[in-house]
Amino acid sequence: MIGPLTLRSAARKWNANSTKEGVLFDQNLPAGGSWSRVCSRHTALTVTDLEGGASIPMLLYRAEQHGERYCMPDTLKAQHVSCLTAGNALYSDMGRVMASIVSDTCGWHDTISGHLTDPALRERWGALSYQEARNEWRRSARDLLLLELAKHGLDRRDLVANINLFTKLAIDDGGGLSFEATNSIAGSQITLRFELDTLVILASAPHPLDPSPEFNARPVRLSLNRVVPPAADDLVRTWCTENARGMAESETLS
Amino acid sequence: MSPLTDGGRDLSAATLIEDVPPGEPWVRELRRGEVLRIVDLDGNQAVDTLLFDAADYSNRYSAVDTLREQRSVYLGLGSRLLALDGEPLVSIVADTCGRHDTLGGACSQESNVVRYGEHTRHMHACLNVFLAGALKWGNGLSKRHLTANINFFMNVPVTSDGGLEFADGISAAGRYVDLLTERDTLVLISNCPQLNNPCNGYDPTPIRLIAWGVS
Repeated sequence: MIGPLTLRSAARKWNANSTKEGVLFDQNLPAGGSWSRVCSRHTALTVTDLEGGASIPMLLYRAEQHGERYCMPDTLKAQHVSCLTAGNALYSDMGRVMASIVSDTCGWHDTISGHLTDPALRERWGALSYQEARNEWRRSARDLLLLELAKHGLDRRDLVANINLFTKLAIDDGGGLSFEATNSIAGSQITLRFELDTLVILASAPHPLDPSPEFNARPVRLSLNRVVPPAADDLVRTWCTENARGMAESETLS
Repeated sequence: MSPLTDGGRDLSAATLIEDVPPGEPWVRELRRGEVLRIVDLDGNQAVDTLLFDAADYSNRYSAVDTLREQRSVYLGLGSRLLALDGEPLVSIVADTCGRHDTLGGACSQESNVVRYGEHTRHMHACLNVFLAGALKWGNGLSKRHLTANINFFMNVPVTSDGGLEFADGISAAGRYVDLLTERDTLVLISNCPQLNNPCNGYDPTPIRLIAWGVS
């Protein structure tokens, strides 16, 4: 098995010749904000950590069938990984690849530690209301994700284990978890190519295990582009035999 | 490995003793204060388990909140299994196995195809067992409520370089785990029918469930 980190340089080559003409969307997600959009099959979303230290919870739902959604356990066990980077596929709970990580300069994205909740926000940093702080108010990732889900008719039943872009929890030999504050530097970038029409939900909020006394919500750049479909020798398709089968399951829907 | 401890409970005082064959669901509401013992009768049997706040099924067991708050990727003695609201549904108060998984999830026909190939598409799988249990229970419980579960007795070691494997079990015949119900909780179990990996030692076997009432 190829280790996650050895793929980083290979993955960088991908961007150069796979982006077709036509930027569909290119905007900042401000610190503390949230975002949702249906990203069509064979578009790619590049998320750039503008200042370093971002933590961006992400959830994925199949656009035409919201009951099919990102599945952390199936993603991990199909690829024998406990973190995500270039070469990895993001699986739905119906055995299909929803999105592929085609490029990543960060090297480790978490999917096993959830996100900031309201009680944790109040305990760690103290709440700041909109009246007190206007657009600098503090909201938990839980609050932001549930609000974005509600825009699409979804609720707490649909709130599954999320991905945390740019977050790393180091795992020691006994299984202990500790937050790594230096995982993502300014300019870190991950690109996800969608293999199905996918509802993407994002939020910007500090990770609950970030030990900083500051409320470190960070801005990111979101760029959505049309890209070519995955070739036979695609990095993600060929990363393991499981991914070839998962990609084929997505392609049977076209 | 977490420390082990014997539950030290009197079997003659049990309020329920029931065996569940592999491939079958078990669903029941437990009252706060009840203790549920899950016994791995023949060894190396994965017991896929989901928990729901009996008052609101959308407030369900959250694997990721549980792991983050205990700062460890394995479940064992002392683990508090949290709901989405951050409060425990049950706690592990006795354990003679030492390590339980909550990252491996449940097997499904669909994930079997990805992991093992087309020939496994119609093999029996935990997602179907969970759904059968949900349909039997009714009360609006549906696929939307089903998420990352606990796999009692299953060994899924995680490595510091980001790897994860389904390994040979560390359980053995007669090992058990005791769950103390911290608030009224709906328990949905699939006794795993998986034949394609070592989680059941390639031979799914029955489990025994023993409950003690509110003391």
